[in-house]
Amino acid sequence: MSSFLSLATYVTIGCYAAAMALALWRLLRGPSAQDRVLALDFIYVNGMLVVLVLGIRYASMMYFEAALLIALFGFVGSTALAKFLLRGEVIE
Amino acid sequence: MSAVPQWVEIAVSALLLMSGGLSLVAALGLARLEDFFQRMHPPALAYTWGTWCVALASIVYFSASEGRLTLHVWAIVVLLSITMPVTTILLARAALFRQRQRGENVPPPLGNETD
Repeated sequence: MSSFLSLATYVTIGCYAAAMALALWRLLRGPSAQDRVLALDFIYVNGMLVVLVLGIRYASMMYFEAALLIALFGFVGSTALAKFLLRGEVIE
Repeated sequence: MSAVPQWVEIAVSALLLMSGGLSLVAALGLARLEDFFQRMHPPALAYTWGTWCVALASIVYFSASEGRLTLHVWAIVVLLSITMPVTTILLARAALFRQRQRGENVPPPLGNETD
């Protein structure tokens, strides 16, 4: 791992962190419930991207499985929340 | 695991930085646009190009360092391309339903659908 690629991964993770901070601001501010769900979904995907970039940084394949699980749980959570907003219950 | 060539590191760095920039632009759009239906669009930038860039960088890096083609990271792209439209459609329907119930100015239901 050269210092060049290492620096690039840190800058990229910094970009993701800033993106997550902006999405967190949207999540806290609202104004409606669907805005918060959208922001949470965005934060999930960014967290998954952070894990993938860390996998490149530490040259390890193990991070891939964690990223896959985060993507899957993000989908399940966002779908359940959207369904709740639509009907008032998750499973009818 | 051997060291990767210089051009691989440059390509991987370029892809990663592009992904970071796209994600930042998407977050800016999410924070600054005014309407929910406008705000639904910017995250797609991170879900498509942002993820593709990182997956491509991962494939290039691990293929170069292990000396064989490693494509398994593409499974994340496939998973996201299946799940993201579902979430987006459900959220859009939920937003339309809730705004209609609150009597805001949104398009009426089509025909006799049970939305």
